[in-house]
Amino acid sequence: MMETLSFKLNGKPMEMALDGERSLLWVLRTDLGLTGTKFGCGEGICGACTVIVDKEPVRSCQFSVKDVNGKEVITIEGLSRNGDLHPLQKAFVSHDALQCGFCTPGMILNAYSLLLKNPEPTREEIVESMEDNLCRCGSYGRIIEAIQTAAQEIKLLGKA
Amino acid sequence: MKENEYLDLDFTDITTQLPLDRREFLKVIGGGIVVFLTIGDPTTAEAQRRRGRLPTDFNAFLRVGEDGRVTCFTGKIEMGQGVITSIPQSLADELDVPLDSVDIVMGDTDLCPWDMGTFGSMTTRFFVPPLREAAAEARAVLMELAAEHLKVPVDQLRVEAGVISDKKNSKNKVTYAELAKGKKIERYMEEKPPPKDFSELKVVGKPVMRRDALEKVTGVAKFAGDIRLSGMLYARILRPPAHDAKLTSVDTSAAEKMEGVQVVRDGDLVAVLHKLPDVAEAALAKVKAQYDRPESSVNDKTIFDHLLKTASESDTGAEGGNLAEGKKLSAHVFEETYLNSYVAHAPIENHTAIARIKGNKVTVWASTQAPFRVKDQVAEALGFPAENVRIIAPFVGGGFGGKTRCQQGIEAARLAKITGKPIQVAWSRAEEFFYDTFRPAAVVKITSGITDSGRISLWDYGVYYAGGRGSQQFYDIPHHRTMTHGGGRAHPFGTGAWRAPANNTNTFARESQIDIMAAKAGMDPVEFRLKNLKNEQVIRILKAAADRFGWTPAKAPSGRGYGVACGTDAGTWVAHMAEVEVDKNGHVQVKRVVCAQDMGLVINPQGATLQVESCVTMGLGYALAEEIRFKGGEILDSNFDTYEITRFSWTPEIETVLIDSDASPQGGGEPAIICMGGVVANAIFDATGARLFQLPMTPARIKEAMQKG
Repeated sequence: MMETLSFKLNGKPMEMALDGERSLLWVLRTDLGLTGTKFGCGEGICGACTVIVDKEPVRSCQFSVKDVNGKEVITIEGLSRNGDLHPLQKAFVSHDALQCGFCTPGMILNAYSLLLKNPEPTREEIVESMEDNLCRCGSYGRIIEAIQTAAQEIKLLGKA
Repeated sequence: MKENEYLDLDFTDITTQLPLDRREFLKVIGGGIVVFLTIGDPTTAEAQRRRGRLPTDFNAFLRVGEDGRVTCFTGKIEMGQGVITSIPQSLADELDVPLDSVDIVMGDTDLCPWDMGTFGSMTTRFFVPPLREAAAEARAVLMELAAEHLKVPVDQLRVEAGVISDKKNSKNKVTYAELAKGKKIERYMEEKPPPKDFSELKVVGKPVMRRDALEKVTGVAKFAGDIRLSGMLYARILRPPAHDAKLTSVDTSAAEKMEGVQVVRDGDLVAVLHKLPDVAEAALAKVKAQYDRPESSVNDKTIFDHLLKTASESDTGAEGGNLAEGKKLSAHVFEETYLNSYVAHAPIENHTAIARIKGNKVTVWASTQAPFRVKDQVAEALGFPAENVRIIAPFVGGGFGGKTRCQQGIEAARLAKITGKPIQVAWSRAEEFFYDTFRPAAVVKITSGITDSGRISLWDYGVYYAGGRGSQQFYDIPHHRTMTHGGGRAHPFGTGAWRAPANNTNTFARESQIDIMAAKAGMDPVEFRLKNLKNEQVIRILKAAADRFGWTPAKAPSGRGYGVACGTDAGTWVAHMAEVEVDKNGHVQVKRVVCAQDMGLVINPQGATLQVESCVTMGLGYALAEEIRFKGGEILDSNFDTYEITRFSWTPEIETVLIDSDASPQGGGEPAIICMGGVVANAIFDATGARLFQLPMTPARIKEAMQKG
């Protein structure tokens, strides 16, 4: 059913008329051309399509676009501000916490939501909240370290 | 089996056309100094000659541009393994330019010369050495030009950061950019100037961070599915429920009624197209199809007997001494059988391609490890001359051997030709599992023996269907034989090269068998290995691993949960040690893994370390969980809910020890994965006394083995 949706996307107000039952993933990737959000498994298992809706991580392949109405969506393209990388992005670079890079946007956004809720997570807490994001290249160990580094930097900066 | 033979097995269907005319290249290159080179390694050249379709011209080149920047053009692709960083490192060193003034253009068949593909851990071994020679040639040209320009002899010149100056008068200088400006110099590598001695290298050997990281953390990096073309349609293709199913009828009428949906039927290809991928998906769900399916008794349980019955060809890889004599010498003889199931590549990026036809030219953007192979296949499928086909491999989201085939590229090209529109074909996860070329299920049978004093006296080894890579043992055994068995129609679906093909199977079997003998001899498994080794390289890495791990001798099972395994792949030697915990339900937690690796000269220690970590982490998957379940040609695993790969919580502490060496650089993308089955199996035995003979070592299998005692 066609409906008009209003939401904030990466800090900017958006208004779109579309079938609200469509998945947020394909609306982002095709209608909006934001291809940083990846399709991996199509069933919400791998986490490659993770984006942030009102501070919560969601599997955009399983999320109806109508449910973003009135909310704020952040994708990987919206994480850096004024050209400055987010501390998580910086830490993923400095720790070499990626190889092929395909799972990386989902990893970073899931970690972003973790740090919003828990600014100083222990290693165990990081593992627990990242557990359902899959990486085939085997960067898990470095991703954990990158999240710890980013948490420290955010603490020093005093903001997320 | 020789190192490169599996490539022949894997690439028998190559029908390479002649490479593009040299003039074609020169048109796109522009000015500057260009050096063309061919891959100089005799094994690769030999492999290509045997195929008889070798590019006789050149297969890489580099340019020093009019802006002084150095660019390498190569058909290799970047899929996470990191050569996008390590290739420029070698060039920077050879040409004495800063690393950030080296560019690399990869995987574009119009811009880059022919390349066989990116697999087999071959880039650093076979591609980089001639590239360094080409760089040395370019440097020699620049020196000659500078000598003329500065009016001093070549031996009075020095180079630093792309500036050539007179040793006696440092103000008398000229930059590479100034020298290359307005020039069009072509050199073809015939007599190769010697590249620098390894000891002179400044950038090589230093850890360098990934140069593609920034694009990848910001979402800017383009993978095949991220290409957007005007008027592009997304295709979903009707797939059979099983590999042996035959389509008998299809009804597309309901899909055709959907607004904006186009249905294409071309022989066996039935596709629905729409400008939105999710609508195409919904349309496919409305297509009704009937199939004929034969009964099959082959499944993931019966496959091993089926393989043993089907095997009809044998090849003796190595032999020495006399097996009967070896048996006589043996105080204890061990006869064991090892099994491993089919394993999927399962990259997070599914196979994807976009094809566009303009006039008589087709361009295909594809997630592929072998763009030039796809070029020929697309040309053949469309009936286009090869020169009218351009393949571009953008960043590839993981390959591991699974993206050497590119069915989706051919499908996209066929649909683009039929519809006249740009078409994207992106596989679903179920298609990814269905059409994967799995690591083959395999059986290894070993009969071995030891003397009373703990010397290995007999080794009779036979591997069925895994392949020969890594099958040859390297212990000091007087009476031995290694055989590979295969042939016939063994597999109900596609199989192919999976990261370190065959070697995971062979190393698991060999290193488990060695531990079984060590336990019987009442010896520590590291001491038992050292006692039975003469190969200095293995001895060195075993000791290096033991040092870092803090291994102290004990007879297994010691209850500590320590394991060891070693092996060789792609010219590199590896030794692993692991510590595990096993609970009463058979659940394994690998706490720590040390990997010592001797890969010759290490070009990028950071990149090499990343690859070791990648191998250890990915390898835990096939060791503990990965297994394709199937019934005949029907694949029962279609997503990551039932097909489990390594997760965050499984990840052990990983320590990498890179051995100092100035021997020529060897492979790094695959070797460290080969020991993961063996090292975990041996650690489980050390923890529990239970010996596992089948991969993956699932909790159910471990529990069963523990109950057997």
